[in-house]
Amino acid sequence: MSDITRDDVAHLARLARLAVSDAELDMFSGQIDAIVDTVSRVGEIPDDVPPTAQVVPQTNVLRPDTEEPCLRRDVALAEAPAAEEGRFRVPRILGEEL
Amino acid sequence: MTATIDAAPYTVEEVCERFDPVMGLEVHVELNTATKMFCGCANAFGAEPNTNICPVCLGLPGSLPRLNGTAVESAIKIGLALNCQVRERSGFARKNYFYPDMPKNFQISQYEDPIVFDGYLDVPLDDGTTWRVEIERAHMEEDTGKSLHIGGATGRIHGADHSLLDYNRAGVPLIEIVTKPIVGAGVRAPEVARAYVTALRDVLRGLGVSDVRMDQGSMRCDANVSLKPKDTEAFGTRTETKNVNSLRSVERAVRYEMGRHAGVLLSGGTVTQETRHFDEQSGTTSAGRPKETFADYRFFPEPDLPPLEPSRDWVETLRAGLPERPWERRARIQTDWGLSDEELRDLVNADALDLVADTVDAGAPPEAARSWWVSYLAQQANTAGVTLPELAITPAQVARVVALVADGTLTNKLARQVVDGVLAGEGEPDEVVTGRGLAVVSDESALTAAVDEALAAQPDIAEKIRAGKTKAAGAIVGAVMKATRGQADAARVQELVLERCR
Repeated sequence: MSDITRDDVAHLARLARLAVSDAELDMFSGQIDAIVDTVSRVGEIPDDVPPTAQVVPQTNVLRPDTEEPCLRRDVALAEAPAAEEGRFRVPRILGEEL
Repeated sequence: MTATIDAAPYTVEEVCERFDPVMGLEVHVELNTATKMFCGCANAFGAEPNTNICPVCLGLPGSLPRLNGTAVESAIKIGLALNCQVRERSGFARKNYFYPDMPKNFQISQYEDPIVFDGYLDVPLDDGTTWRVEIERAHMEEDTGKSLHIGGATGRIHGADHSLLDYNRAGVPLIEIVTKPIVGAGVRAPEVARAYVTALRDVLRGLGVSDVRMDQGSMRCDANVSLKPKDTEAFGTRTETKNVNSLRSVERAVRYEMGRHAGVLLSGGTVTQETRHFDEQSGTTSAGRPKETFADYRFFPEPDLPPLEPSRDWVETLRAGLPERPWERRARIQTDWGLSDEELRDLVNADALDLVADTVDAGAPPEAARSWWVSYLAQQANTAGVTLPELAITPAQVARVVALVADGTLTNKLARQVVDGVLAGEGEPDEVVTGRGLAVVSDESALTAAVDEALAAQPDIAEKIRAGKTKAAGAIVGAVMKATRGQADAARVQELVLERCR
């Protein structure tokens, strides 16, 4: 049993820039706990099983090189915390933690 | 001790008395596909910011990558042109890093199983010899977005207050071509580096898979350089120089780093493994961020893209369609057309080689085809402010004009008017001839009548000609040419004038 606390979830939510209510903190901490437990079962697999990243037996799934509709810029930028001059605005990249 | 100050650079000759340079060149090439690597957004240079973006290249939750088949085909062609093996089964990997130019927080790349590997390119050097550069691998990945750093000095990230992101370039298909260590080049290392990138550019241009414009960033070179003391086996510590934006800069950057490393080593210091930034103006490099190790990227297989298993048929079809090597083709053309080195160079520099070759293929003699493109058409392009390939006339149309001159339908002067008509959008050469009524007047009776008329109009000159002053015929010829609006063959008119005055 892992031990994901409400504080852990609050921290994760802040990193992911998600607003999470008190009630959701309780709900998510239980759910994430269950997910981490499930994933940790991977550790029980013997070492001689080859790793795989693909579970569907497909190869060469290719798309024709033809243009498809994009997002409108105002729609895309409206989802961003900040925008300027038609671009996404992000905080200072270097020395941000100082 | 770590020497971070720039020691006085040594010349390559001085460096090579004590050391052997080792180079590794990584070249990134943007493919000229219509769309991005993993989504159907347009792959276009210079569009308004963030106008070619979608949930996939913005890394929005729930979006899934879909691989561009043409990009895969281009990657295989590049590999084959570089004598590489095509991997029977290859896949993609996530290269994780946290930086706003890649909104997914990872770049989809290839890691352990690049699509093509183990090749070589025989690179022509200035003295006519060839240097074989071994290719480690070429793999597919996606380009990143472009950042604009605001509030700092000269747009650098250092000291910036915030940054603005344009994701038009995010997801544009990239091929990264990596050489094996280039050893043994000695004092020629900077030249070999430049010659390799030049040859690679020419090969890629010949394949038609990329614009290969270093000035626009569609071809970018990172130069790894290290020095090892002569007669030792282990390589020295390397630096990776970025921002090398021209062929000449490749040579200069390698030369500078060789000298700088020697300076550090000979003063008892150690070279720091780091990324260096090349400054075009001064020809020097300065320290960038310390080189991230591979482990930092936490590569892992991309679960959203199934593996690639190119069929043997597909690969062999692509191999059969590979064009001639550009420098071999140039050498063949030079011989076939009997060009001097200078004439060939002029054609290449004017971007006219393909145009002339296509004109010749369309039936024109090489000399006439060349002459049209490098003189009259070059002038027209110059006047219009466009490149030769952008001119609104095709090699086939030029070949038709050449044929019309050869069969006597047009004089050279009329032919230029026909070309003007084609450029003005008046249709095919034959349509312009009809439309503008430009064909040479070859009707002998009409010409003779015009000559008689001109002689009658200027009896004094007619008298001089009859008296044997044949030079005076020029005035009559001029009058006839004027009367026929330049559409008569002047040499034939001259003959007729003399005949009629006999």
